[in-house]
Amino acid sequence: MLHNLSIGELADRLAEKRVSSVELTRHFLARIERLNPGLNAVITVTAERALASAAAADARIAAGERGRLLGIPLIHKDIFCTDGVRTSCGSRMLDNFIAPYDATVVTRLERAGAVMLGKANMDEFAMGSSNETSYYGPVRNPWDTSKVPGGSSGGSAAASAARLAAYSTGTDTGGSIRQPAALTGLTGVKPTYGRVSRYGMIAFASSLDQAGVLCRSAADAAEVLKVMAGFDPKDSTSVDVPVPDYPALLDTPLRGLKIGLLREFFEGLESRNAALIQEALKVLKALGAETLEVSLPHLPLSVPTYYVVAPAECSSNLSRYDGVRFGYRCEAPKDLMDLYKRSRGEGFGAEVKRRIMTGTYVLSAGYFDAYYLKAQKVRRLITDDFRAAFDQVDLVAGPTTPTPAFAIGAKIDDPVTMYLNDIYTIGANLAGLPGLSTPCGFVDGLPLGLQLCGPHFSEAKLLSAAHHYQRATDWHLRAPGGYE
Amino acid sequence: MADWETVIGLEIHAQLATRSKIFSGSATAYGAAPNTQADLVDLAYPGVLPVLNAEALRMAVKFGLAIGAKIAPRSIFARKNYFYPDLPKGYQISQYEEPVVGKGAISIVLDDGAVKTIGVTRAHLEEDAGKSLHEGLANASGIDLNRAGTPLLEIVSEPDMRSAKEAVAYMKKIHTLVRYLEICDGNMQEGSFRCDANVSIRPRGAASFGTRAEIKNLNTFRFVEKAIQYEVARQIELIEGGGKVVQETRLYDADRNETRSMRSKEEANDYRYFPDPDLLPVEIEASFIGTVRASLPELPDEKAARFARDFGLSAYDAGVLSASREMGAYFEAVVAALGAAHAKLAANWVMGELSSALNRDNVEIAAARVSPQALAGLLARIVDATISGKIAKDVFESMWSDGKAADAIIEEKGLKQITDSSAIEGVIDSVIAANPKQLAEYRSGKDKLFGFFVGQVQKATGGKANPAQLNELLKAKLAAGPK
Repeated sequence: MLHNLSIGELADRLAEKRVSSVELTRHFLARIERLNPGLNAVITVTAERALASAAAADARIAAGERGRLLGIPLIHKDIFCTDGVRTSCGSRMLDNFIAPYDATVVTRLERAGAVMLGKANMDEFAMGSSNETSYYGPVRNPWDTSKVPGGSSGGSAAASAARLAAYSTGTDTGGSIRQPAALTGLTGVKPTYGRVSRYGMIAFASSLDQAGVLCRSAADAAEVLKVMAGFDPKDSTSVDVPVPDYPALLDTPLRGLKIGLLREFFEGLESRNAALIQEALKVLKALGAETLEVSLPHLPLSVPTYYVVAPAECSSNLSRYDGVRFGYRCEAPKDLMDLYKRSRGEGFGAEVKRRIMTGTYVLSAGYFDAYYLKAQKVRRLITDDFRAAFDQVDLVAGPTTPTPAFAIGAKIDDPVTMYLNDIYTIGANLAGLPGLSTPCGFVDGLPLGLQLCGPHFSEAKLLSAAHHYQRATDWHLRAPGGYE
Repeated sequence: MADWETVIGLEIHAQLATRSKIFSGSATAYGAAPNTQADLVDLAYPGVLPVLNAEALRMAVKFGLAIGAKIAPRSIFARKNYFYPDLPKGYQISQYEEPVVGKGAISIVLDDGAVKTIGVTRAHLEEDAGKSLHEGLANASGIDLNRAGTPLLEIVSEPDMRSAKEAVAYMKKIHTLVRYLEICDGNMQEGSFRCDANVSIRPRGAASFGTRAEIKNLNTFRFVEKAIQYEVARQIELIEGGGKVVQETRLYDADRNETRSMRSKEEANDYRYFPDPDLLPVEIEASFIGTVRASLPELPDEKAARFARDFGLSAYDAGVLSASREMGAYFEAVVAALGAAHAKLAANWVMGELSSALNRDNVEIAAARVSPQALAGLLARIVDATISGKIAKDVFESMWSDGKAADAIIEEKGLKQITDSSAIEGVIDSVIAANPKQLAEYRSGKDKLFGFFVGQVQKATGGKANPAQLNELLKAKLAAGPK
């Protein structure tokens, strides 16, 4: 079936004119119509626009143009601004917000001929690890619809896993691509901070946010990342480093690759999860990689550090939602203060408010040094730990998540337990490093991920290692029942 | 009554003369229809990001070099967080702990001619906010975001000034400097140059400072002076009456000439400054500083010193003539055409007749109706004694009003000086003959009547008799004794 084909296979069929982009687009739109109600993964379907893009792609193909993404449908996380299309960020605050411009990520993909089918559900303002904080309701995991798909890119993950699109975009501030990828059996890549432009991507925590992809294989991810990545003069934090030809580098031999096993990641890890990771490492060793144990002594401090830095930045980033120029405005405000208080009070959900309050607190006079400044120092120590580790090894490996997908409702009332979901993923964000999650097996019928993390701009190495692993295994090819 | 000393520090906001805003591509031109110069970045739309305008940074560095300050090799933009409708992001991007310009200084000339150095603590880049409009809107406020994101250089002085006059002299000096550097148009009516004044008093000789009040948004030199004078008097009266000055922000009401409390320290916002994660630290390389340094124009103090040295002008004249680049250029063009030997004459005319004509008609010197070359042409006729200085003033007025050259006017109106001694003597003789009474009085010692005779002769010649010649001849004739 078309929806199980990889990006490479689809590109070949489009080039050979065995299928048109319009047919492909109709096929996926039909799947969305049929399967999305059970998942709530897609919150805006842009069928008309998709068919127009598809027709344009077909014309380009007919004119002899070839491109690996040309004519292939995707779904964007609803955090990326899309011109003329509602961009809600999963919040009531932006439920009425029609973005007047395209994010750079959207522009780059569109220029390559990608066909946007719609916008994916997400945790409100990307704050959450289960997709339960969305104003549009929770997303269900296609592997078990009583379970969460992870978050915050939960809609993107469920959509890609359920084959509602060939791939989807996501953003990762503390694990928001890798964790849902792991919980839905996908390959998720969070690039180096600055690798992909943040322009037009609605900010949660600016120093941590990074756009990436949720695909069904490392090879697919390589194709998409190649297009998404690159310097953007509109984003001062984007880095002007040439983008390697990721797909061409996938076959780089693994021999001699040194993989560090993070001692801190395996301490207390649930045994079945640990066994899967060990099994995956055996596969990598058999492919020629070497493994050795490394330690990141400050890594256990990453969750508290993150929950100071990210809320601090979000408290300021979200100040612009004041009911004045766009977004939600309360009914009949009686004065300015009332307008602010009620627009924000009614427009934001509980988790967003919790983080704004936490962030406001840690930045306030008298607490700044003890929290924000201290967290920045710890962040530096964590970064230094990684740097020291990468003097010994090429990549580090470990689990992506502590557990497989959990039940909807199980953790939503306990923020601290929820926050601990990101214990293995946050380090890479604090240090600005690229990370990747690849499917590595199942526990109780639910997928789990192996996480690889490398030095800045080592995406090619991560993708290549995952690609070699995926050629030796078939975890990534399994589709959830009912979505094959 | 105690002897109080006033302590003043100024925070000057100079709007940088960039074409586009500090973090967006919108134009900065003044006076456009509301919200026509605000793009998505200025409106703080979701997802947009700031990008620093390199020109604003270059201008800040230029200022830093001109006041001999250290330029920070690495400076940081921070967010100052507060809610206000004219602040679309809910924070202002400013520099807080690590400004681009560090400690520097400038000198001012006091009334008694003494030179005083005023320290500049720092200067930093920041964005301006928009404007709230309350007039003409029933039951609502309008927001104009044209000004939002306009680049400002905030120049913070040390508390080195001791009187309102010194504060004004300092502000004028900075005003001159930023215009010299062409980094600010200095237009105070449009708000391009304004200041906040921190004012406190202490018993003369005290080592520590008194509690200060900050007077916000003063936008004329006169208001700076008046507001500080009022505030000093208020604080003295308060303390001498047994009260205490509280740290607060005050507003100056020009109509009533008084300052009023706006908010106290307790009511002040907690701005929750932190480094803006959307902007990388600004790294400035030595080569960039070198390039900017090479682009610096001759600075006001340097120009004044050169005028004094090369043209033998007094410090005061040299200061006036170098107060703006345009004034200096005009003066130098006159001297170039007239010859350096007559620089003093040129200085007197530029500061005298020319300046009063400019003031009277409210014209900028660059648009003066008499060009430097034309003025030099007029002055050359004084130098070669074709006309007297007094006649020259009339000629100048004609030049100003109908734009003709001095020689043409002199010719047309027959203003050429009489330098023929026999002709002047003839007039003197007839004046003396017509005024025997005065002659007798003069000869009996009433020297003051000399002026009377000069006046009578010039009246008879229409003011055209060469004054020096007239003096000499008249003196001889009056002394000659009865015929």
